[in-house]
Amino acid sequence: MASSFSRILSSRRNVGILSVVGGSVTAAFLLNREHVSAGVPVRRIYPASAEYPDLRKHNNCMASNLTPAIYAKLCDKATPNGFTLDQAIQTGVDNPGHPFIKTVGMVAGDEESYEVFADLLDPVIKERHNGYDPSTMKHPTDLDASKIHSGQFDERYVLSSRVRTGRSIRGLSLPPACSRAERREVERVVIDALSGLKGDLTGRYYSLTQMTDKEQQQLIDDHFLFDKPVSPLLTCAGMARDWPDARGIWHNNEKTFLIWVNEEDHTRVISMEKGGNMKRVFERFCRGLKEVERLIQERGWEFMWNERLGYILTCPSNLGTGLRAGVHVKLPLLSKDPRFSKILDNLRLQKRGTGGVDTAAVGGVFDISNLDRLGQSEVQLVQTVIDGVNYLVECEKKLEKGQDIKVPPPLKQFK
Amino acid sequence: MPFGNTHNNFKLNYSVDEEFPDLSKHNNHMAKLLTKELYGKMRDKQTPTGFTLDDVIQTGVDNPGHPFIMTVGCVAGDEESYEVFKDLFDPVISDRHGGYKPTDKHKTDLNFENLKGGDDLDPNYVLSSRVRTGRSIKGYSLPPHNSRGERRCIEKLAVEALASLDGEFKGKYYPLRSMTDAEQEQLISDHFLFDKPVSPLLTCAGMARDWPDGRGIWHNDNKTFLVWVNEEDHLRVISMQKGGNMREVFKRFCVGLQKIEEIFKKHNHGFMWNEHLGYILTCPSNLGTGLRGGVHVKLPKLSTHPKFEEILTRLRLQKRGTGGVDTASVGGVFDISNADRLGSSEVEQVQLVVDGVKLMVEMEKKLEKGEAIDSMIPAQK
Repeated sequence: MASSFSRILSSRRNVGILSVVGGSVTAAFLLNREHVSAGVPVRRIYPASAEYPDLRKHNNCMASNLTPAIYAKLCDKATPNGFTLDQAIQTGVDNPGHPFIKTVGMVAGDEESYEVFADLLDPVIKERHNGYDPSTMKHPTDLDASKIHSGQFDERYVLSSRVRTGRSIRGLSLPPACSRAERREVERVVIDALSGLKGDLTGRYYSLTQMTDKEQQQLIDDHFLFDKPVSPLLTCAGMARDWPDARGIWHNNEKTFLIWVNEEDHTRVISMEKGGNMKRVFERFCRGLKEVERLIQERGWEFMWNERLGYILTCPSNLGTGLRAGVHVKLPLLSKDPRFSKILDNLRLQKRGTGGVDTAAVGGVFDISNLDRLGQSEVQLVQTVIDGVNYLVECEKKLEKGQDIKVPPPLKQFK
Repeated sequence: MPFGNTHNNFKLNYSVDEEFPDLSKHNNHMAKLLTKELYGKMRDKQTPTGFTLDDVIQTGVDNPGHPFIMTVGCVAGDEESYEVFKDLFDPVISDRHGGYKPTDKHKTDLNFENLKGGDDLDPNYVLSSRVRTGRSIKGYSLPPHNSRGERRCIEKLAVEALASLDGEFKGKYYPLRSMTDAEQEQLISDHFLFDKPVSPLLTCAGMARDWPDGRGIWHNDNKTFLVWVNEEDHLRVISMQKGGNMREVFKRFCVGLQKIEEIFKKHNHGFMWNEHLGYILTCPSNLGTGLRGGVHVKLPKLSTHPKFEEILTRLRLQKRGTGGVDTASVGGVFDISNADRLGSSEVEQVQLVVDGVKLMVEMEKKLEKGEAIDSMIPAQK
């Protein structure tokens, strides 16, 4: 552990950061992650009770777990970067949520947020990730694609396959908190590493600030271009600041491996292709991720990861694997069957419209992906999607023939 | 966004070049004036409440602006911002307020008796009259920066002060959070209810945080005097009525404001004011009087006249649609108000509106009769 931290210290642009935030206390903090002291005091004039947010009309995980006692305990703490509890919860205060859809309602500003605000984040994580307890459980990471079986879908039904995750660069603040210089550094580190990718992963970077109109149109046609966030869930968390500075898109020449830089996370990594060869999509995903990791490590950087929470990302909902593996699949008959939701539930799958989250299905084509992120490995989750989608396609075929279908038994949560 | 105290120091580990925003595609006052040198000079400063240069400029960085409309692009987080960051605010203020110098003094005049006329605007043309301003309560941070605790304190002070008004100013407070549907409907029909800000100019400056906590609307029983609490400023004070009696509107405005100020002073919380910048508000464009006095006036013919814009400029007036700023006019009805805020007094600004609108209504009448108005076009005021 000491060696990984000495690497961080030397790769950080300015080691002087330690002296700025308080010398020995912080040095001790960095070298002993389990004993994180709660940073430097925050400007406060009023007692916690006067500042406690009004959450009576709220329905999100933060609001369900932020008691006045927890608020009082954490409200005068900050991470070494100066990120505060009020900032972490701002998005959840500003967005009361929906009676049917329970959002998370808080974000991390940096890796240390998950430590400094653990009294709130741990119960939020537990609620969001179906009982996963970060204080007692360990998260398995497994990017060995060779373990996948039956990963080729019937292409009369499965139109496209996609796997995405996120990765954060250790030592730099996350999108809600990062300064312009940090964000630009993320961009530099990432595109420097990506320029080292070879073979089928060779590609190029398109900076949002310098993209030509022609490049922009091509990226839109390829469905690669991401927009400035408009969702208040993201804007209220400060993730759209300074747009489009240091944001961009990298993709390989074959357009099957794509990386978003500085959108909702430092990086979002996507492997995709038309058709149903999920095994190949996942194989390229794992290979690409491992290559990128190797390339940044060569330069003295690493991804944020720990054995309690897996890969550290901005939104607690993406902890663990940060992985969403999904397909666009034609299920016109099954989707009208009243048992559809229950079948998905039991298979630990979720449906979305073909525009992604919060969109509607078009022409009976659904986006079907894994529900879980934390507590199971990448291999396990992708296998779950493969097994589940195969089952759904079988159901569709049965319904086509006028046969009946069965609701499968529920899968175990943590394996 | 109110970061903790260490955040700004943390950023100082990066060079000016690394942190300086990319303003190459921007068109707002801040972007035109903020050089790397200025940024380097001010980036290590904070106001006593912790407001930093990046906090000041965030809205201008996030909103590049429009080629035709020059927004301000920076906000104050507290009274001290205008001092601590004067190297940016002074040139912005000068640019926005017609060359106003750091040594200039601003005149405050809320003596409604100094207004000449204003009670005879033709109600066939002038449909309604309105005067608004803002006030900030000394000792508290402004909407981009204040915490929930501060905002609630401001609301409490405002409600107490307003509750002690009587006579034509007797009224009631409607907190946004606990408004009933019926109350909401009524306030919308009266055109009193303000919405959660959607303009990114405001949201990027952090003014919509914690909505609707601590926000509300107070109005008198007659529905002619209205106070918004914790929207874009601590208080927005509005006097309005149908028809063209701007004199009466202005009288009520001055009397009401002075009553409110008395009460705040008694509680040891006067308004933010100084003799250089007048009344201190969140946006530099509202410094001085913070006053927008205007009418909804029917000018279907004059508004299509080729010299309309020039006439407005010479009269020191501006036009807006009837939905307020950034809206279009409907049926030839325009919102006409004073363009100036800083460097002239309340009486002077309302006088310009009264005289200017009177002239424009006469021009409209002339155009209706098919006569020319060239001889009526005024010199630059």
